[in-house]
Amino acid sequence: MIRRFFSCSAAVSVLLVCSIAFAAPPIKIGGLFAVSGPSAPLGEPERNTAKMVVDEINKAGGVNGRKLELVSYDTTGDATKALQLANKLIKDDKVTAIIGPSTTPEAMAIIPVVEKEHIPLIALAAGSKITDPVKKWVFKTAQNDSLAVSWIFEYLQKQKQSKVAILTVSTGFGSSGREQLKAQAARYGISLVFDDTFGPNDSDMTAQLTKVRASHAQALIVWGTNPGPAKIANNARQLGLKIPIFMSHGVSSKKFIELAGDAAEGIKLPSGKVIVADLLPKSDSQRKSLMAFVKDYQNHYKTEGDHFGGHAWDAVMLIKAAIERGGDTPAGIRDNLEKIKGFAGIGGTFSYSAQDHAGLGKDAFVLVEIKNRDWVLVK
Amino acid sequence: MQFDQILQYSLSGLSTGAIYALIGVGFSIIFNATGIINFAQGEFVMLGGMFTLLFLETLKLPLWAAIPCAIVASTVAGLLFERLAIRPLRQATPINLVIITIGGSILIRGLAMLSWGKDTHAIPPFSGDDPIAIAGATILPQHLWILAITVIIVIVNRIYFYHTISGKAMRACAYNRRAAGLVGIDVHRMVLFSFIISSAMGSIAGIIVAPLTMTAYDVGIMLGLKGFCAAIIGGMSSGIATVIGGLLLGVLESLGAGLISSGYKDAIAFIILLLILFIRPQGLFGKAESERV
Repeated sequence: MIRRFFSCSAAVSVLLVCSIAFAAPPIKIGGLFAVSGPSAPLGEPERNTAKMVVDEINKAGGVNGRKLELVSYDTTGDATKALQLANKLIKDDKVTAIIGPSTTPEAMAIIPVVEKEHIPLIALAAGSKITDPVKKWVFKTAQNDSLAVSWIFEYLQKQKQSKVAILTVSTGFGSSGREQLKAQAARYGISLVFDDTFGPNDSDMTAQLTKVRASHAQALIVWGTNPGPAKIANNARQLGLKIPIFMSHGVSSKKFIELAGDAAEGIKLPSGKVIVADLLPKSDSQRKSLMAFVKDYQNHYKTEGDHFGGHAWDAVMLIKAAIERGGDTPAGIRDNLEKIKGFAGIGGTFSYSAQDHAGLGKDAFVLVEIKNRDWVLVK
Repeated sequence: MQFDQILQYSLSGLSTGAIYALIGVGFSIIFNATGIINFAQGEFVMLGGMFTLLFLETLKLPLWAAIPCAIVASTVAGLLFERLAIRPLRQATPINLVIITIGGSILIRGLAMLSWGKDTHAIPPFSGDDPIAIAGATILPQHLWILAITVIIVIVNRIYFYHTISGKAMRACAYNRRAAGLVGIDVHRMVLFSFIISSAMGSIAGIIVAPLTMTAYDVGIMLGLKGFCAAIIGGMSSGIATVIGGLLLGVLESLGAGLISSGYKDAIAFIILLLILFIRPQGLFGKAESERV
């Protein structure tokens, strides 16, 4: 009996030693996510998703026979911390590629490091300046603000509404949206007759909306993240503001409908496709990825997957695709990322090239309207 | 500038100002009983809203039952705060106590964040949300609730401080703590009372404003500071002066946002605060040595 035990364990240990000797070491991928702090609503689903996807890839045998290993840190949304952690990932952890960080200021802070150290970075932040101008080692998965703006303006142009009021939140998200709105208005023959801001925590927006009413605008565009836009929707209803209201993709979550209640009815906004995955036509190339992601996230974390998680899903899957094409070194991943065409992910269909490291077209967004406390697609 | 616009700014300002007034009176009551500024006052405003949400959504109580429960719960929190954080250090200097209240506010906010998360939550209005038109301006039924409840609380406050024994005792403490103690007033009990009254008032303010502004774990910071401004304008009086201070602040803020720029909304409140502190530290209506209750 004892002999049998020994021979068994000997066999097992031989097997173990063999597998260690023959399996290549895992490919280390660094993750920088703002899991705590003010940007936690972005960083938390991003980290969760990245972990979920990497685990699943490994369970299915890894990529080209090599496992992935995610080394992730919490940047708390702080650019200085993001920079330190990026250095740590590259120098101590010796990662092959980095995904993150969650916000544009953090991404801008670490770009010089990855450029110098030649490590591919897939940023999860939206600011268009991350990849414009193109930096050799920097890619991104979050949709540019400019795409969302053009969706709204195109719709307004079709409706022949040219006098528009804009209200933007006084944060980075709002000022970036405001820049885009002002830059693109002329191209669509739209004049901004009123331009004002609101504080992210202001309790009452009737003052701004009273001015909107006096400006005789034909439509109102609100650029912000919860809860400000929900308060604006409520205040607009109170004032009896009759003009159509458009919001940004910053409020494309069920939370907005919950906060604004009846006042949300009829509001239109450009949104990534995650929230309307089940409404998309069968022919939509992203449908398969979207449904898989939403269901998967629901199973793992008991809450619906959102856009932010989607950015991380795209980043991990793009790296996987690049490795599959034969690059498991930093330079190999970078070169192969640039060759990816028509990759149907969560944020859109990615086609990177040497001139375009954002990779998304206008089809990354759809225009949705809120009806009966749910989303419907605007045709 | 049209009349209906000015009217709209003023009406919006009055209802926001009423909230500042309620919070400001809470500051003054504690200041007068203890000589300290309770910077945790804003957190009781937050607790009012968040407890209402808890009783409404988690315990499924109807709104009319959830509100008194939330007031009681926040008041108990205020009582515990006094017992656990303020009373053990009663002999400490005011500056220590003020720092303790700041620490307490961070603790309460942190606990609220851990138990209710970082999301913003909506609370249904007390009686519908169909706008009421007044000469070209519109307000919501909730604005009327806010104004009416503020008036009632101010009247009850007045009756308490001038026509009941414990109210008079609290005024006596404000005039001179030592003399009040010498004539047999239990000063410690008055301090406890002051915390109970002001946390109850703070939570009421938080509850009546929540349907309009929504509530989250961090709404107490700004509302608390604005209430503090109102109390300073009113010269730390727990009576009508602070109420006027709050209303004035609300209207100026709203007019400033409407006529100048909404970007300066918060700046206006703090510029007023600084001006008052520089020019009339005794408050807008106070005599140099003012009666503070």
